[in-house]
Amino acid sequence: MQLSEKSRQRIAPWAAVVILVMIWEATVRLLDVPEFIFPGAWATAQALVTFAGPIGVHSWQTFWTTMVGFGIGVVVGLVLGFIIGSSKFLYHACYPLLVGFNAIPKVAFVPILVVWFGIGSVPAILTAFLICFFPIVVNVATGLATLEPELEDVLRVLGAKRLDVLLKVGLPRSLPYFFASLKVAITLAFVGTVVSETVASNQGIGYLMMSAGSQMRMALVFAGLIVISAMAMVMYELFAQLEKRMTAWAHRGQR
Amino acid sequence: MREANTEAPFVSFDQVSLAYDGSGNAIEDISLTVEEGEFVAFVGPSGCGKSTFMKLCTGLHPPTAGSVRVDGEPVTGPLKISGMAFQNANLLPWRTTLDNVLLPLEIVRPYRSQFRKRRTEFVGWARDLLRTVGLEDYEEQFPWQLSGGMQQRASICRALIHRPRLLMLDEPFAALDAFTREELWCVLRDLWESQRFTVVLVTHDLREAAFLADTVYVMSRRPGRIIERRTIDLPRPRELAITYGEPFTTLVQSLRKQIGEIRGT
Ligand SMILES: Nc1ncnc2c1ncn2[C@@H]1O[C@H](COP(=O)(O)OP(=O)(O)OP(=O)(O)O)[C@@H](O)[C@H]1O
Ligand SMILES: [Mg+2]
Repeated sequence: MQLSEKSRQRIAPWAAVVILVMIWEATVRLLDVPEFIFPGAWATAQALVTFAGPIGVHSWQTFWTTMVGFGIGVVVGLVLGFIIGSSKFLYHACYPLLVGFNAIPKVAFVPILVVWFGIGSVPAILTAFLICFFPIVVNVATGLATLEPELEDVLRVLGAKRLDVLLKVGLPRSLPYFFASLKVAITLAFVGTVVSETVASNQGIGYLMMSAGSQMRMALVFAGLIVISAMAMVMYELFAQLEKRMTAWAHRGQR
Repeated sequence: MREANTEAPFVSFDQVSLAYDGSGNAIEDISLTVEEGEFVAFVGPSGCGKSTFMKLCTGLHPPTAGSVRVDGEPVTGPLKISGMAFQNANLLPWRTTLDNVLLPLEIVRPYRSQFRKRRTEFVGWARDLLRTVGLEDYEEQFPWQLSGGMQQRASICRALIHRPRLLMLDEPFAALDAFTREELWCVLRDLWESQRFTVVLVTHDLREAAFLADTVYVMSRRPGRIIERRTIDLPRPRELAITYGEPFTTLVQSLRKQIGEIRGT
């Protein structure tokens, strides 16, 4: 086959998916695993089509709660990261606290959130938010705090105020860190939403999988898994493209 | 004309010392004055405190002892009338060459408040400067698309765009090849001849110091002290050709001998 290097690179990820699906289907068939334990790719695809309606409704629920949680996470993460990163003192003071907070499994928050807000979208949004804002805060704060003194001096000799330095040098310089964290954060946000939905909701993909699982409809459970990862992948790719566009200067070596 | 200045000197250092940390003074007991419009050069061995002197002069760092005055005022924080080009170009990689050069106008008063309104005019200034250093075709390129020498030229433009009264140059030509360096000497000479700002130039290159400066200061090894002040009274405007003949070569020779003595001790 005469394929250019570029198109081969483009096809490679799709080929990997196809091969994985084939291995999956082949394994299930060869070992003759019953569908209510581990459905094959084909059975899962059938479930996807058959239950397209409910899956669509629940995916939409998962999608918008994730995006709202992620949106809050971005705003809070950016503001908090900016505040913490703009002063060496705050950076050192708050860093251990953030690490400690991040070590708490966010599932542990779900029961608390249910007590406060009841079953439904709110705990899902908040779980998504709690799980995804951390990498944003850390990246933005680190991007600001690790600003090279030389670049700072360029502005300081002009008599620039601290805020000038942060806005003209600190913020642009931390943008690559910020966009890199968005990719991580969006996938984490999906995890948060789905985890919360499995225990504290009657809507969303998490709920759908939970109830399908309890009825031994494993094909539907797997269909749910596929939908989540597809959504996460699409969003990840979206933010990866955005990152490339916004911070081309930081990736100049990698073309 | 410059000699006729009877007022207080433009820059004055009075017994200034600076210790960064417990390891002793980086520079010690520096006293000197620079007149407005004067071109002074500092030479000395590596690590003797030349960059430190620049930091003190622009107010980036306060002295441990002594006082620094610029334009009659004691220096308490970063100056607002200075432009500086550092040992490294330090251009901002997310800005094009043109936008890098425009940066000071976004910061320095009174330009910062007029930046939006007068942008086209400012861009004109930047283009003129870039043309004088031969970068007119690289305005829209990013710093990492330029060679080291081109970056250094852009950095000099950035130091000049807001028409500072005091230009601080820390080995701006050190990373360049000999041809480009001499070319830029002439660029700097012409800019200075036409605008007559005050220049403080740090360099390792004795020919550079002698060709450009009115006064050359020689610093000792750490802790840096001024051990020699030499007035260069070659007639101006100076042509590059003089650097290959007398009395220029003798002058450079004697400076070189002096530095050799410092290194020997
Ligand atoms: N930020 C700093 N903290 C502590 N010590 C410093 C700092 N900057 C410089 N020094 C020390 O001060 C002394 C003078 O440094 P400086 O950078 O002024 O030298 P220099 O004359 O510019 O040298 P070069 O010609 O190599 O650029 C050196 O011994 C250096 O180790
Ligand atoms: Mg230096």
